Amino acid sequence: MISRETVEHVAALARLGLTEAEIDLMQTQLSHILETIERLRDVDTSSVDPTASVIALENVLRDDVPRAPISRRAALANAPLREGDHLRVPTILEEGR
Amino acid sequence: MELADRTISEVGSLLRSRTVTSRELTEACLARIERDGTRLNTFLASDAAAALAAAEAADAALADGDERPLLGIPYALKDIFVTRALDDAGDDLPGGLPTTAGSRILAGYRSPYASDAQERLDAAGGILLGKTNCDEFAMGSSNENSAYGAVRNPWDEATVPGGSSGGSSAAVAAGQAFFATGTDTGGSIRQPASLSGVVGMKPTYGRVSRYGMVAFASSLDQCGPFTRSVRDCALVLGALAGHDPRDATSVDVPVPDYAAALTGSVRGLRLGVPREYFVAGMEPGVEAAVRTAIDVLRDAGAEIVDVSLPSTDHGLATYYIIAPAEASANLARFDGVRYGYSAGDDDLLTNYLRSRGDGFGAEVKRRIMLGTYALSAGYYDAYYVKAQQVRTLIKDEFDRVLKDVDALLAPTSPSVAFPIGAKTDDPLLMYLNDACTLPVNIAGLPGISVPCGLSHGKPVGLQVIGRAFDESMVLRVADAYERAAGFADLRSPLSHA
Repeated sequence: MISRETVEHVAALARLGLTEAEIDLMQTQLSHILETIERLRDVDTSSVDPTASVIALENVLRDDVPRAPISRRAALANAPLREGDHLRVPTILEEGR
Repeated sequence: MELADRTISEVGSLLRSRTVTSRELTEACLARIERDGTRLNTFLASDAAAALAAAEAADAALADGDERPLLGIPYALKDIFVTRALDDAGDDLPGGLPTTAGSRILAGYRSPYASDAQERLDAAGGILLGKTNCDEFAMGSSNENSAYGAVRNPWDEATVPGGSSGGSSAAVAAGQAFFATGTDTGGSIRQPASLSGVVGMKPTYGRVSRYGMVAFASSLDQCGPFTRSVRDCALVLGALAGHDPRDATSVDVPVPDYAAALTGSVRGLRLGVPREYFVAGMEPGVEAAVRTAIDVLRDAGAEIVDVSLPSTDHGLATYYIIAPAEASANLARFDGVRYGYSAGDDDLLTNYLRSRGDGFGAEVKRRIMLGTYALSAGYYDAYYVKAQQVRTLIKDEFDRVLKDVDALLAPTSPSVAFPIGAKTDDPLLMYLNDACTLPVNIAGLPGISVPCGLSHGKPVGLQVIGRAFDESMVLRVADAYERAAGFADLRSPLSHA
């Protein structure tokens, strides 16, 4: 069983705000799922390379040809908060902090 | 059989002989959507006027002798493919449809660009009817994880259609579209195809562009078609497949004429039956239908070979590390700042926590947590790297067996459609629905599900798995089976409602 603190730590890493009830449920469900997943420990992989992608592609390159990008107005159209032609975000750096 | 329930191949001939018009086909689908769409909850967005206008343009092109195989055929896109809904000035395009990925966090999102799938199907002359419901971010096996409600199975409306592409499978099964797209990360095309009694194919990883597909697990996701026949599947795959420089994992290999591969014969082919796919807990009716399907192919002249894929049992654990790990990284983009739902909090960290906490549903949160855990300091090697190593074992086993046989035969899903709500309290029980499909994604191979009869009145699917980029062989075997088995005209009760 993973601890409640672990659940809270992982949620913080994932920037996921969970309610108390969600943390409780997550603790039970993640523990249950991890029990199944941990069976992989018994598989001998001592001489096996990891596979990140099944296709043998590397360094896909193309010519650096300028193209018209999505227009600024279209790119901003879905922003929840805007100020003129900019995204509006909460203050990140404050004076004195 | 009514027009709306026919195959693309049939109505395509009728279009070219001027027996029916694209407008009539579109009206037939719209009438079914009008009659059953709200109840089945198949569509999340549609625009009948835009579809009818496109159909009239297709009718004009048909009159000019245009012979594109999908010209004038009405279809639907899973609502995980972005559809262009904004012009360059950022204003709404007439007929442009929103894209939600089944999530509240993308409610009302209007894409400034089109997915490769939309572009290719549009170029092929298809008539876009709308966007189909799906599990949130394609995470699910029942379509119950959609923020916009569950989809009902046309075969039995108390049951699920499968997932995550359940809106697409149900729409094709219910005569609401002649074909639809889906995405398959661990079975999300093949499993709903099986439960909904239609054909569904996951092509080889890299065969179809992922450009404009909302990302779930980028090393596993692949786009593919739902249709009412294997021949139709070959036609739609031909339109979707091909290299796209906008997706760096799209592979630049020639696209064969898939319809030409449908010889109708399996004589002389060696078809493997992996014994590990007949798992404990499989419904007897499913096993019986699949064993009978294998006999049909044997009687048609194929040599049936017993084979073993011993790492199959590790597929589920491998998948539930790799897929959530990739998902946790992909979904980091939802920050409540650039697009999507925002809690509007004045503090940046609180805004992240609340936007994501309120915007994502339970299953998506579970997978973000699982993936973040597996990638976090101290667990990365034990979980993520270990899973990537077992991925190698699984892939090597497939490659070795597929040197000796031309394709593999297996069940698609261990069960038929189950009642809505039956598995929602137990995530692990839900995950087991994909035990027979997810190893194929782990190995990146092509697989198809083709209807192979009924168990207690509900559809069962036969899965055919092939070598990488050998969709032609998979389609050939599935088509030969479909012709020999006599289930090609199987339609849901809604076809004669």
